[in-house]
Amino acid sequence: MNKLAILPLLLASLVAQTTPAGNAENGNRLFVKYGCYTCHGYQGQGGAAGAKLAPKPIAASALIAYVRHPSGSMPPFTAKVVTDAELTDIHAFLAGVPAPPAAKDIPLLNQ
Amino acid sequence: MSKSKKTSVARRGFLKGAAAGAAAMVASPGAKAQAPAQPARPTGLPPTAAQRAAETAPPSTEDIQIVERPGSDYMVDVFKSLGIEYLFATPGSSFRGIHESIINYGGNKPEFITCMHEECSVAMANGYAKIEGKPVLVCAHGTVGIQHAAMAIYNAYCDQAPVFIVAGNIADAAERRGRVEWLHAVQDVGATVREYTKWDDNPASLTHFGESAVRAYQISMTPPTMPVLLAADGVLQEAPAPADFDWRIPKLPKITSPSGDQAAVAELAQLLVAAESPLIVASRSARTPAGLKLLVELAETLQCGVIDQQRRMNFPSRHPLNQTQRTRAAVADADLILGLEVYDFYGVVHALGGQVRVIPRRVTKPGVKLVSISSSDLFYKSNYQNFQRYQDVDLSIPADAEATLPALIEAVKRQLTDDRKRAFQARGAKLAEASRQALDQARTAASYAWDASPVSTARLSAELWAQIKNEDWSLVSDTFWVSNWPLRLWDMNKHYHFIGGAGGEGVGYLAPAALGAAVANKKYGRLSVSIQSDGDLMMANGVLWTAAHHRIPLLTVMHNNRAYHQEIMQLQRVANQHNRGVDIDKCKIGTAIENPNIDYAKLAQSMGVEAEGPITDPKDLAAAIRRGIQVVKRGDPYLIDVVTQPR
Repeated sequence: MNKLAILPLLLASLVAQTTPAGNAENGNRLFVKYGCYTCHGYQGQGGAAGAKLAPKPIAASALIAYVRHPSGSMPPFTAKVVTDAELTDIHAFLAGVPAPPAAKDIPLLNQ
Repeated sequence: MSKSKKTSVARRGFLKGAAAGAAAMVASPGAKAQAPAQPARPTGLPPTAAQRAAETAPPSTEDIQIVERPGSDYMVDVFKSLGIEYLFATPGSSFRGIHESIINYGGNKPEFITCMHEECSVAMANGYAKIEGKPVLVCAHGTVGIQHAAMAIYNAYCDQAPVFIVAGNIADAAERRGRVEWLHAVQDVGATVREYTKWDDNPASLTHFGESAVRAYQISMTPPTMPVLLAADGVLQEAPAPADFDWRIPKLPKITSPSGDQAAVAELAQLLVAAESPLIVASRSARTPAGLKLLVELAETLQCGVIDQQRRMNFPSRHPLNQTQRTRAAVADADLILGLEVYDFYGVVHALGGQVRVIPRRVTKPGVKLVSISSSDLFYKSNYQNFQRYQDVDLSIPADAEATLPALIEAVKRQLTDDRKRAFQARGAKLAEASRQALDQARTAASYAWDASPVSTARLSAELWAQIKNEDWSLVSDTFWVSNWPLRLWDMNKHYHFIGGAGGEGVGYLAPAALGAAVANKKYGRLSVSIQSDGDLMMANGVLWTAAHHRIPLLTVMHNNRAYHQEIMQLQRVANQHNRGVDIDKCKIGTAIENPNIDYAKLAQSMGVEAEGPITDPKDLAAAIRRGIQVVKRGDPYLIDVVTQPR
């Protein structure tokens, strides 16, 4: 991996460390209220209609940036619709979604 | 055939006679004695003058008019000659002659399956055709019945499914008995659905009916296979066949399918062998089980990738060359794309972006060659836009893909060299590795929200797969609504393992099509399973009664997300386009199916289907599915209501 490829990862990591933690409980409420779950599922697991968001979401700043300027079929959410603070709470909720067992350890997914 | 003079009556005369007979009965002594206005008459008294007259007068010739060989008997003979196994219908007086002939003269062959809505009749026929590869008979009123059936006919038309529809009508105004028969009569029976049927006719005689029925069947079964409609006049059904009528039925020929031009096939073979990264995209390629095997043979000969758009079961889901889970990458990498019965080629090579207006973006690499083999190019109608956006291709072969594959495979084999074979093997190995990785990724993706409540659609699919994988199973529903998890996780390798979705994307298809497919699967002893969307079932829930009444084995597992969920997402998109956003409670206005929540288990039970649920904890699924399979194996339907994640 060259240095240019590593740089974005370092920046993302830095952003993730400096982003203030949000309120996960409120984030869960907002995740439903703003209808994020309709495409991404109640736990942000993703599916045919929306990308997987959790567990292990992207950095809060990256999440906010994407929500403002999404690609594909996702509609944009402006600050008028959902504030940065609210998105930070949503990120906190996503960050708290527990990781499932590894797929290789789930017998039903190995047949 | 001999006919007595008294049986040679037209329908009008027959009905008039019947009415007169009924009137005579009302006027009979017995009827009179029951009239409450009359005082009780002591027994043992001499008969009245009226009674004496009734008993001694010569019988009225109008009272007794018997039709011993009605035209509808011939119609039933015609249906039988075509090998039609079932009649799917809601009963209707405009085809009562056929109905009576089927149950009495025909010994209930074709077997009458009672449907609760004409839309169900046709959608069931659509599902049946996709398993059995041939039509059933659907009967409906020529007016209100066909109007009910219209959306399902459109679905079947877009889905290229053969359906044989007979619409009852009374063309002769003088033969219509009262206001209802006028309301249910129409000048041009086929007009209502002519835009989305392949052919229709309005026979004026039994000879005409026989010829047109055989012609209709032949047209319906010749690719592109589609619905056809035949009017059955009420007089023709109920009046006796003419004394000199030739009871002969035209012979149904062996129907062959149009295969591609030989020179074009040779040119395509050359292109395929020369290409470095050819890709096959199949949509409705496999009309029959043979189509799946042929596509496997072509792909393995070329060691090229295949994307199965899954409007039929075209290609085994776990075949190493199956690249469906990495469609975008495979399309981007291709230098030749061969479309087999692809109805939206434009959508294969473009991504449709844009938040408000559509902004198409080409997703192929420059210089890619495009080739299409499609029977759709043999038959177009203009009004309904199911033919999709025009995609210019390098070579268009208007022909049935399945029928063309044998010649194409042979042409490819003739051009193979040892060098190309070595290159193909290396290509195949890379594709196999990519396919394996895609399966691993799918399994990891399925693990997210594994224990969630509502139940994740991946968990539901995995639980179901665990219990049917060792059975001879058939998934008779679409998977789009559950993020295509069955197609990603299950090992599908037989033609009947999957039947695709609604051709015209009309809701109200899934439940009846699943039942129709289950009817077809029944004689093979297959375990039919359906993952059933809640909104769709509510448009056609009468099929539950049909399933119970006729003992059609089908395991229905509800995907109950308590909404017309697609529309929630659409609404949210528009609200954001307008920079208003939308609170989920507002978004549910007009879209949610809750408050009250529908109890699908009770709904099913009320119609005689064993059922359980609602299940909200995924840990309860396994036992429920086990119980359901037991009942279905016994020969009955079973429904499990599962409250699920949205997609």
